[in-house]
Amino acid sequence: MTLAKDYNSVMGRSAEIMKASLGLDFNDFESGSVAFDYEGLMEATGYTIEEIDRIQSRTGVGHTQLLELRNITKLARKYAKPGYGARIFAKDEAANASGSFKDRRAACAVAHAKKLGYKGVIAATSGNYGAAVASQAAMQGMKCIIVQECYDSKGVGQPEIVEKARKCEALGAEVIQLTVGPELFYEHLSVMEDSGYFNASLYSPFGIAGVETLGYEIAQDCKEKFGKFPEMVVCTQAGGGMVTGTARGLIKAGATDTQVVAASIDLTGLHMASDVQFNKKSCTTGHTGFGVPHATNPDTGDVPRSAARPLRYMDRYVTTTQGEVMYMTEMLANLEGIERGPAGNTALAAAFVLAQGLPEDAILVVTETEYTGAGKHIQPQLDFARENGIEIVFGDPKDDVPGKNIVLPANPGLFKVSDIDLDKLRKSLIKRSVPRATGKLTAADIAFLAEDTRSDEAFVKAALDELGVEY
Amino acid sequence: MAKKGDWVRIHKVVLPAAERTAKIPDDTKQVDFEMWVKGTLQNETAEIGDEVTIITATDREETGKLLEVNPYYTHSYGKFVPEIVEIDKQLREIMQFGGEE
Repeated sequence: MTLAKDYNSVMGRSAEIMKASLGLDFNDFESGSVAFDYEGLMEATGYTIEEIDRIQSRTGVGHTQLLELRNITKLARKYAKPGYGARIFAKDEAANASGSFKDRRAACAVAHAKKLGYKGVIAATSGNYGAAVASQAAMQGMKCIIVQECYDSKGVGQPEIVEKARKCEALGAEVIQLTVGPELFYEHLSVMEDSGYFNASLYSPFGIAGVETLGYEIAQDCKEKFGKFPEMVVCTQAGGGMVTGTARGLIKAGATDTQVVAASIDLTGLHMASDVQFNKKSCTTGHTGFGVPHATNPDTGDVPRSAARPLRYMDRYVTTTQGEVMYMTEMLANLEGIERGPAGNTALAAAFVLAQGLPEDAILVVTETEYTGAGKHIQPQLDFARENGIEIVFGDPKDDVPGKNIVLPANPGLFKVSDIDLDKLRKSLIKRSVPRATGKLTAADIAFLAEDTRSDEAFVKAALDELGVEY
Repeated sequence: MAKKGDWVRIHKVVLPAAERTAKIPDDTKQVDFEMWVKGTLQNETAEIGDEVTIITATDREETGKLLEVNPYYTHSYGKFVPEIVEIDKQLREIMQFGGEE
């Protein structure tokens, strides 16, 4: 029998398609209410951190250099009070096989797909993850399809995303490119169903377990070189996998006192599903358009429950601007001699400011760099912005208006970060979780929400009272 | 004219505007949900704009309108952006690269 492939029919089969494409039944971890067994889901991968390290090491992934950014540190200290300005380091994740930390996620997911006997892997991503899955599929002898949101309705593609399509094809993958819109999920499911490939989702427990080695390596490298764990680790926050995996790895290495800071580019005001606004952005990832929804509503992706749950792990969530990230990218090239980013330098732009608030003997680690290429570079991205009517000026980044201008800091002393109110995000997550309950929220639900928001039961109960929800 | 076996790029409307889901902004609701994909042309011959069948890199069959034969990328390092030179100058001055005056 031929299955109906219209929108409603495919979406109606989403639960069974996802189950078949992951070889994992998420119902095994559900309570039937708000709570689910998150640690049980993570353990279901069946891999220890040592096994993941072996899987990654086989394919040129992991154990990247921890580079000290001496000149950027020196520059940051010029703007800090005496005795302040932490030593800034960056994990040179661009040195992974396909050029980003996403190789860690892909290595694990693709190895698992191969073990389960799938013929191919599929992933929905417009970012570096596509190249990572394609690279791993090539190394492990599997077919690969990448589904990208790439163009607006005029057929104009984001240069950064077009470059990622090129790279995926160069690594042997098929790339399906789409216009803006959440219906990408329909096309993704439909191809998954027809191909029978493994869903190498960014949000599966295999992917997140793959990032744990990053946090683990940072903790171990610092302990070995400096005799202590880093005081602060700064992660670029988009889908939440970096924050979640890194923090879990730090904890597994014993670095429980390290402060984990998430950082996103502030794109407030731009709607991510808007056709017109799609090409008004000048960075296509690392921004609040992904970062905030994935923090407050993690279970909306291409798996029933996301293994990326950043609110569980972040101590602070700060924003920076497109102009600061572009300036920082140029700073990294000119002062440290490495051309990386731009989007992956979001955490570094924030770190430049955060380091100024820490004493000179503190260690601050930025968790990633990413490869640079045609289209994916400060010049084509600024040029594209200008062609799309975005004003590029030097000034104070506080005057930045996403979609209208890019304000390059008039001097490095003007770099700033803004803190996002975590309690507000916590309340938002609680509110979005409530509809899963079939009756009153249970004690297990409240304990789960306290963990999921890194708060406590009193906070959850107060938030539920505010919403008028019974428990 | 394209012939069987050529590497081509096709375009397809996956969902016409009228069939799009409701939870999207108004501007997106007014436009089709479109797709582009590449593969080997299966038709004996075809002209640009013809409805054709291709076999993709993962051996999937897809249909759509023929858009390009021998498709290639044109993204680049972009046109000159003078602000970048200004950033470079400023950083070198502050850091006094080449020795302090």
